[in-house]
Amino acid sequence: MHAAGAVAFGAARRSGGPLNAVGGWWFVVGWDDMDLRTLVQLGIIGFTFFMLINASAILVLAERKIMGFMQQRYGPYLVGPHGVLQPLADILKLLFKEELRPKDADKWLFTLAPMISVTAAFAAFATVPWGAETTFFGLLETPVKLGVSDINVGVLVVFAITSMGVYGIVLAGWSSNSKYSLLGGLRSSAQMISYELAYATALASVVMLAGSLSLRDVVDAQAGYWWGFIPRWYLFLQPVGFIIYVIAGVAETNRAPFDFPEAEQELVAGYNTEYSSVRFALFPQAEYINMATMSAVATDLYLGGWHGPFLPAEYGWIWFLAKVGLILFTYIWVRWTVPRYRYDQLMQFGWKWLFPAAVLNLIVTAALVLYFNV
Amino acid sequence: MIPLGHYLVVSAVLFSIGVAGVFLRRNLITILLSIEIMLNAVNLSFVAFGRSLGTVDGQIITFFVMTVAAAEAAVGLAIVIGLFRHRESLSPDAFTSLKW
Amino acid sequence: MSDTILFYLLAGVAIGASALVIGQRNPMYSIMLLITSFGALAGLYIQLDAPFVAMAQIIVYAGAIMVLFLFVVMLLNAPQEDAAGWDRAHPMRRTGVGRFGALLAVLLVVQLTWALGRVAGLDAPVAGRGDAAVVGSVRELGRVLFTDYVFAFEATSILILAAMVGAVLLARREGDR
Repeated sequence: MHAAGAVAFGAARRSGGPLNAVGGWWFVVGWDDMDLRTLVQLGIIGFTFFMLINASAILVLAERKIMGFMQQRYGPYLVGPHGVLQPLADILKLLFKEELRPKDADKWLFTLAPMISVTAAFAAFATVPWGAETTFFGLLETPVKLGVSDINVGVLVVFAITSMGVYGIVLAGWSSNSKYSLLGGLRSSAQMISYELAYATALASVVMLAGSLSLRDVVDAQAGYWWGFIPRWYLFLQPVGFIIYVIAGVAETNRAPFDFPEAEQELVAGYNTEYSSVRFALFPQAEYINMATMSAVATDLYLGGWHGPFLPAEYGWIWFLAKVGLILFTYIWVRWTVPRYRYDQLMQFGWKWLFPAAVLNLIVTAALVLYFNV
Repeated sequence: MIPLGHYLVVSAVLFSIGVAGVFLRRNLITILLSIEIMLNAVNLSFVAFGRSLGTVDGQIITFFVMTVAAAEAAVGLAIVIGLFRHRESLSPDAFTSLKW
Repeated sequence: MSDTILFYLLAGVAIGASALVIGQRNPMYSIMLLITSFGALAGLYIQLDAPFVAMAQIIVYAGAIMVLFLFVVMLLNAPQEDAAGWDRAHPMRRTGVGRFGALLAVLLVVQLTWALGRVAGLDAPVAGRGDAAVVGSVRELGRVLFTDYVFAFEATSILILAAMVGAVLLARREGDR
C-alpha cells in the first residue's frame, strides 16, 4: 500500500504541497499507511481524552445513584429519564455561579491550583493502555496499540504525574488565605504523599513479577491460563499487594474512608472552601479522573487488563471497561458503607501498617521470584 | 541531531544562574533553591556526557546526585527551620554571631 | 528537525524559568518556577535517551524535594525579603559583599565560556555512539547499578537513613519528648 500510495498522489504530495496535487482532494486516494496511522493515533488520543471527561460525568451520576440505591431510595430522578442527565444539570449550575476570589488570596496561585490538579489527573492516563493492538478491521497495515502512548517506563510516568497532583491541593489550600483551607490542604497533601510510599512499593512488587516497567508488558505477562481455567492474573500471585494497592489508591485520591481533609462536618470543605464556579468544578473532576486512572492502573497491574474469555483480543477493551467499572463500583460502595478515619488514625495506618506490609510483600515477592523463577 | 556542545552550554548557563542566585540573594530558602539549580545543571552534564560515550554510567551518577541532593535538602531545610525558630528571620544577615 | 525545535523549546523553558527563580521576591513563586524548570529538564533527559532518569527527576525532585520546600515555606510563613533588603539596584552598585558576589558570578561565566570554547569534539551529535535502546533500558541501568556501583548504592542508603534521622532531630522543638 505504501508503493501504491507513492504511485498515486503520494509522489505529488512529497514533491510539492498537498494542494499541488490534482484539485487539492488529496485525502481521497493515496494516503499511505504512515499518515493513516498518525491520524488514527491522534484519533485514539482524542478519544481517550473524551472518554476521560465522560468518565467523570458518568461517575458523578453513578455515585449519586448508587448511594441512593444503597440508602434505599432512588438517586437523582427528575433530570432526563431516570436522572441520566443530572451531571449536565450540575455542570450548568456550576458554570452559571459567580466566580469569587478572596481579596487577599494569591492571584496567580489561586487560579493555577485547580489547573494543576486537573492537568495532572488527565496526564496521568497517558501511559495507561486500555486495549490490545488492533488494525481497525484491516484499515491499517500494521496494528496500532490502543492507548495514548507506550514508553518503557510507563509505570513510573503514572506515579510521577499523580504525585504532581499534590501541588494542586497544597497550593489551593495555601493560596486561599483562609485557615480552613490551609489546614485542609496541608492535611490532604500530607496524606497523599504518605500513601504514595505504600503505593509505589506495591507497584514495585508487580514490576518485579512482570520484569518490565511498561504497563503494556505487565498486562501481556498476564495473558493465558493456569490449568486451563484460572487466568494468570497477578491478583492471584499478589493478593496482599492488590489490597495494599487499592487502599493506597483510595487514600491517594482523597476518597472515603480517607477523606477527612474534605469532610463537610470537619473542615467546612477543606482546601476548596473558597473556590466557586468553574475553579471549584475542576477539583471534583480531577478527583473522579484520578479515581478512574487508579482503577485503570489497578486493572492493568492486577486484573489482567484487557484479557478475558470469549472475546478475541481486538475487543479486549470491553473486558477492560468491565473490570474498571467493577473497581469503580467498589470505590463508591466503600465510600457509602464505612465511616471515615480520623486524621491521626489515617496517618498512623499509612505509616505503621500499610507501608511495612507493602515492604514485607516486596521482600516475599523478591524471594519467590528468585527461587522459583515465577 | 543535537550536538553535545548545546547540552553543555545549557548546563553551563544553568550553573551560572545557580551561582548568581547563591551569591546575590538574601533569603535562605532561595539560596537553597539556587543550590538545587546547580545540582540539576550538573546532572544534565552527566547525562549528556554519558550518552555521548554510549554508556549508562552518566545516568547512574545522576541517581546518586539526586539522592544526595534530596538528603541535603532535607537536612538543610531542617536547619533552616531551627534557625527560623531562633531568630524569626530568613535572611543570612541575621545570623552574624560568629562574625569577627 | 522536530528534535531541534523541541530541544530549543525545552532548554529555553529550563533556562528562563531558572532565571526567573532567582529574581522572585516571593519564595512560593520561586518554587513553582523551579518545578517548571525541572519539568523542562526531564524533557531534555528524555531527548538524551534517559527516560528513567527523567521520571526519577519528576518523582524525586519535582514531586518530593519541592514539596518539602513548599511545606517549609508555608509552615514557616516565611517573610519575604523587605524592599530595603532586596536591593533593586544593579548588583554592581551594591556595597561590599554584594558587589564581590556579582563579580564572582560574572567571572564564572567568563571562565565557563572560555573552557567550553577550548574543548574539541563538541560538534559531535550527542547520540552518536551507543545504542539508544540499550542506553535507555532500565534493565541495563539496574545491571550496572548493582554490579559496578553496588558499594555506592549501599552507602547511599545509609546516607539517606542518616539524613532522615538528622532532619527529624534538627527540626524538633525544644522540650519535645
